[in-house]
Amino acid sequence: MNPGNLWQATRAIVRREAQSELRNRQALNAVALFAVCSVVAVSLGLGPLNRSAELPLIHAALLWIILLFAAFTALARVFVVEEEQRTAAALRLAAPPHAVYLGKLLFNLMLLVGLAVLVALLTIVLLRMQVKNPSLFAVVLASGVLALVAGTTLVAAIIARSAARGALFAVLSLPILIPMLVTAVRGTALTLAGSGWDRVNYPVMTLIAYAVAMLVTSLFLFATVWES
Amino acid sequence: MQALELEQITLDYGARRVLYDVSVTVHTGQVLVVTGRNGSGKSTLLRVICALQRQTSGEVWCHVDGVRHSPLAMRAAMGWMAPDLMLYRELTGHENLRFFADVRGATVSDAQISALLAEVGLAGRGGDLLATYSSGMTHRLRYAYALLHQPSLLLLDEPSVMLDSSGHELLERVVERQRGHGITVIATNDPREQRFADLLMRLEVGA
Repeated sequence: MNPGNLWQATRAIVRREAQSELRNRQALNAVALFAVCSVVAVSLGLGPLNRSAELPLIHAALLWIILLFAAFTALARVFVVEEEQRTAAALRLAAPPHAVYLGKLLFNLMLLVGLAVLVALLTIVLLRMQVKNPSLFAVVLASGVLALVAGTTLVAAIIARSAARGALFAVLSLPILIPMLVTAVRGTALTLAGSGWDRVNYPVMTLIAYAVAMLVTSLFLFATVWES
Repeated sequence: MQALELEQITLDYGARRVLYDVSVTVHTGQVLVVTGRNGSGKSTLLRVICALQRQTSGEVWCHVDGVRHSPLAMRAAMGWMAPDLMLYRELTGHENLRFFADVRGATVSDAQISALLAEVGLAGRGGDLLATYSSGMTHRLRYAYALLHQPSLLLLDEPSVMLDSSGHELLERVVERQRGHGITVIATNDPREQRFADLLMRLEVGA
């Protein structure tokens, strides 16, 4: 398949995912509800936190934990729904595997970007998280989201046909995600504390490198996973 | 595609043997009708041909210009419809066909999609959500899905199940047109559909 056709197929899959989601709003509602409930529960449970040197790290860890578990509720859906509604065979027969992977990945990325903005805003308001370097905070958040999506989309395809999908998704994803989570938490904490690019560039580059490595690996493996 | 060749296809589900040593060659213009009791492996054979299911042993080859290709490489030239083929219920009939044309990289205009919908008996219903279709209408949309890209290998599994009398006329039209440019494989138990056969294959349960 030539790149033009691959891009056309990828775009069609993203558009179809968005159309379906906007009509039934299952993932959107689940993710938004989870994000709001988690941040509210954490803010009520912890109350106002005292200023300390560790506060940025605590806020960053809370932010990424909430993002991670909200992502677990939403990201696997793109493949699980195809199997549950038995539309996977029609898609398998018509669409090139790489377009399926890229389309699902881009849709998950759009979903998680929206989720990250929501969780960040809620954390700033309800947990009184101070962001001393907002532009670099946005850069770390974007790189982290890209790494999170790149790390989980292939796993979502692997678990889609299994019976215990929810548990399996978390169990298989977590070991893959730990390196990027640690990096994202540290990078976010640095931006909350007001560090500049000289200190934040290492976590950002690590997250982008992780995302690229996962993306390339997934592109190599996806056809086998999808067709098996 | 000049020919479809099945070479000693055997498929086991665990200890149960579903297909054993199935071999046949079908040429362009011919119709292969596969019959057999429930559970004899008719639908499974069609899924093996379009690489939706992997056989335990044997090979499927698609012959094009003297070169043989695996079914996976020839999917763009295949159209498959079956009662268990599901399309997107939250999309309209027209949106479903637009989506599948786009992912196939096929150049199909909206007018052509509307014409195809009319041809399968869904004129004026293309704008309705698939979720609102009756089972017969859904089956007609499956025809449109299979015919959208004018495949040279058409696989029809129980093609007239769920259809009314005009559905049989649709099947007749589809098969006759396909004879002009490709191969048709039909899995059926309906005696009316066996008359299309140039080649008739009878599968036995467990044989």
